[in-house]
Amino acid sequence: MLQYINPNIVAHLGLIFVVFNLLVLSAAFMVWLERKVCAYIQDRVGPNRVGYEGALQPFADVIKLLFKEELRPKAADALLFAIAPIISACAAFAAFSVIPFGTETTLFGLLKEPLPLQVADVNVAVLVIFAITSMGIYGIVIAGWSSNSKYSLLGGLRSSAQMISYELSYGLALAAVIMLAGSLSLRDIVMAQSGAWWGFIPKWYVFLQPLGFLIYMTAGVAETNRAPFDFPEAEQELVAGYHTEYSSMSFAMFFLAEYVNMVTVSAVATSLYLGGWLGPLLPSWLGWLWFLLKVFLLLFFYVWMRWTLPRYRYDQLMEFGWKYLLPAAVVNLLATAALVLWLG
Amino acid sequence: MDVIAFYVFGAIAIAASLGVIGQRNPMHSVMLLIASFGALAGLYVILDAPFTAVTQIIIYAGAIMVLFLFVVMLLNVPREEPAPRSLAGTLGGGGIKAAALLSVAMGIELVYAVYSLEHVSFSPGHSGSVSSVANIGQALFTKHAFAFEVTSVLILVAMIGAVILAQKEHH
Repeated sequence: MLQYINPNIVAHLGLIFVVFNLLVLSAAFMVWLERKVCAYIQDRVGPNRVGYEGALQPFADVIKLLFKEELRPKAADALLFAIAPIISACAAFAAFSVIPFGTETTLFGLLKEPLPLQVADVNVAVLVIFAITSMGIYGIVIAGWSSNSKYSLLGGLRSSAQMISYELSYGLALAAVIMLAGSLSLRDIVMAQSGAWWGFIPKWYVFLQPLGFLIYMTAGVAETNRAPFDFPEAEQELVAGYHTEYSSMSFAMFFLAEYVNMVTVSAVATSLYLGGWLGPLLPSWLGWLWFLLKVFLLLFFYVWMRWTLPRYRYDQLMEFGWKYLLPAAVVNLLATAALVLWLG
Repeated sequence: MDVIAFYVFGAIAIAASLGVIGQRNPMHSVMLLIASFGALAGLYVILDAPFTAVTQIIIYAGAIMVLFLFVVMLLNVPREEPAPRSLAGTLGGGGIKAAALLSVAMGIELVYAVYSLEHVSFSPGHSGSVSSVANIGQALFTKHAFAFEVTSVLILVAMIGAVILAQKEHH
């Protein structure tokens, strides 16, 4: 009976399991990182009771949230109220499925065919990420509307309008990288960044596209509703925005979705601009360590930015997205196209 | 495997589309329409057109349906009231009789069209086929360049019109 089970399918299922668990654990890690970094920036210590240096704090938070009562306003639309956090969380996880985080591995010779370290190897991977990120907007809009409360509706509408506006610059920055690499597959884009100039400067696209990288990171921060673009969730302005009426695990789902979105944006930025799993010194089958390091650096930058910069007012936010970032992204695209044509 | 996926996606698309017109809450209709677009994207993938599938999600389900959703939300369209239940009420009127006749005719035509198709075999997709992104791009900019440019001018006109119509009156 055992000889009918294809070991590659088992390995693939194992990979999916590992990736899913790592994403959830990375969300927990982000909760801890955020609170510790926030604390040190504010000249205090942060959580240090639960586990070494508070490392088990996120697990304590989850257990507390599990035991809370699940509330639903009487006038809320029951079906949509229940579905909204599910849409947010599913979109966040699904977007990570096409991101490659290492070269092929044979698990030390256990597998006959090598298994690429990627849940799904699609040749339109960049567009898939873009599509699934667009789907995540629905979770927020539906949450805002179905809660049947002023704060939620305003927060939901503002948040989704912001996400739609910054998606344009996001896509244009992506398009410039696609032009450089000549392919939509993330694996091809990472492999196009292998090698080095003069032996030590790696051929990462961040050096060829500095403006594109800045545009991408700005649009990514705005897409994930993080500071300084987190007006829709700002505590001082809207109680809590679109997730005001949610409690317990639904609230946890929204937060899980937000952190996993951050991880996805950082992972895509790593693959597109920072060379993915390529790096000096380590053998290529340990490339995923470099990938984790780069993603961690970008996530640290996210947290650092949140606790350093004041937030944009909503009209400033929208004005910036349409009047400054979008023209910059278009100019970046045109300049890249001209250089690609001219230099071949 | 392809056949199972086709039936699954087709069933989802049909059920969602029936739900769009059949059930009474307009917000639920919008969400069911998005679900049916998702199922259509699945069907495109089965037909070896991943680019079309992803573009369908990005543009149709991701942008146009958000527009629909905002309109339905902000216009606060009320729930549909159930139709009168009497048989005489539903079968009366010449308009309803004509509509019933036309739908029966369309049903017969659909069944005829489906049965007169030749059997199509599901061959595994090969890369470099006509639906790869590079080939679509080349076709768009060479053979169909005129249609492409005219469509973009059309969208620009629509955007300008919307901006002007949405402006407040200046006295």
